[in-house]
Amino acid sequence: MQLSGTDLLCIRGGREVFAGLAFELRGGEAILVTGRNGAGKSSLLRMIAGFVPIAGGRLELKDGDPELTLAEQAHYLGHQDALKPSLTVGENLSFWARYLGGDGLAPQDALETVGLDALAELPAAYLSAGQRRRLSIARLVAVKRPIWLLDEPTSALDRSAQERLSSLMQHHLGGGGMIIAAAHGPIGLERARELRLGEAA
Amino acid sequence: MSALSALFMRDLRLAVRVGGGALIGVLFFVIVVILVPFAIGPDPNLLARIGPAILWLDALLASLLALDRLLAADYEDGSLDLILTGQSALELAVAAKAIAHWLTTGLPLIIATPLLGLFLNLEWRTSAAVALTLLAGTPALTFIGLIGAALSVALRRGGLLLPVLVLPLTVPVLIFGVAASNAAIVGPLPFGTPFTILCALTLLSSVVGVVAAATALRHGLE
Repeated sequence: MQLSGTDLLCIRGGREVFAGLAFELRGGEAILVTGRNGAGKSSLLRMIAGFVPIAGGRLELKDGDPELTLAEQAHYLGHQDALKPSLTVGENLSFWARYLGGDGLAPQDALETVGLDALAELPAAYLSAGQRRRLSIARLVAVKRPIWLLDEPTSALDRSAQERLSSLMQHHLGGGGMIIAAAHGPIGLERARELRLGEAA
Repeated sequence: MSALSALFMRDLRLAVRVGGGALIGVLFFVIVVILVPFAIGPDPNLLARIGPAILWLDALLASLLALDRLLAADYEDGSLDLILTGQSALELAVAAKAIAHWLTTGLPLIIATPLLGLFLNLEWRTSAAVALTLLAGTPALTFIGLIGAALSVALRRGGLLLPVLVLPLTVPVLIFGVAASNAAIVGPLPFGTPFTILCALTLLSSVVGVVAAATALRHGLE
């Protein structure tokens, strides 16, 4: 499996965010996207997830599932947690597991991997910012998808949760998955290549 | 199918939970109808004559009230992004949302109609006719509103734009809904003629609304 972008151009709101961007990613590899605020880190992730139109260049996935689009094989973990406050922790997760399909861990086991299994019956309204983040991360393991697009995944996470996320990411890479993460600092991906945005290419 | 039924059940569940707003629309509907005799005066004949039109206008406004949350809530918390990465067609996903929305905001209006008919001095036969036309016509209001909801999300103008976009498009539904209700009471038209057109409007808007809303979301969600 190989994801490659060539000469990508991104235009948002009439402004050129980045141009001539190229990257290549194989199964088991990770890219850490860095750059100043507004350099287009989130835009790149949202472009791969199919939300931001590709204004120029090409984005290709080789040896993926031919039945599915790139976006349907990708997990997008954005700034928003996509949780409904009036549903319980368990209901939130099992909804996304059923909606996004695919065979991942059972919701209860996925909650256990992020340490939220004791709170499954609690309405999501009562979660702290870090717990909401962990619940979103549980989605990554409850639904199996080969490409993870993580936008500052460690924000609001405490040290032990960061370590858990790091081991989840290593496990995902070990199983042949790919990760593209945007962050300002290290997020526990030692072998990730760095893709710097916002500098002369 | 399991993905769509999950989305459908989630929306139903959200609507009936605290803060879901399923009852807000019907409460608004009831309050406006109760206010009408105060404004127009307690003339039973007048109320009976304009009753069907008032119920229809009121149902239109009540369904508009809830439309703002149809897609905006999912947009604000990021759920809409994830709905886009699902494996079911976006058209079907928004259709599932619209149907759940109608069941929780449109259907209660129809159930409340016979009761409200009493406030407007309508005969039970007239109330039943209005309820029947609302049953046939309010899905069209939801599907037309779906376009407005998708556009206001895509254009990032919030809920303020929505009534301005949606109300002009609902004129045909209003005309034929009231025409069918009046035909049932006073004639001279047979009830079936405007009622069939009303049904046709619902069927048409269920296709156009779903496709237009999905297109707006695909291009506007950056």
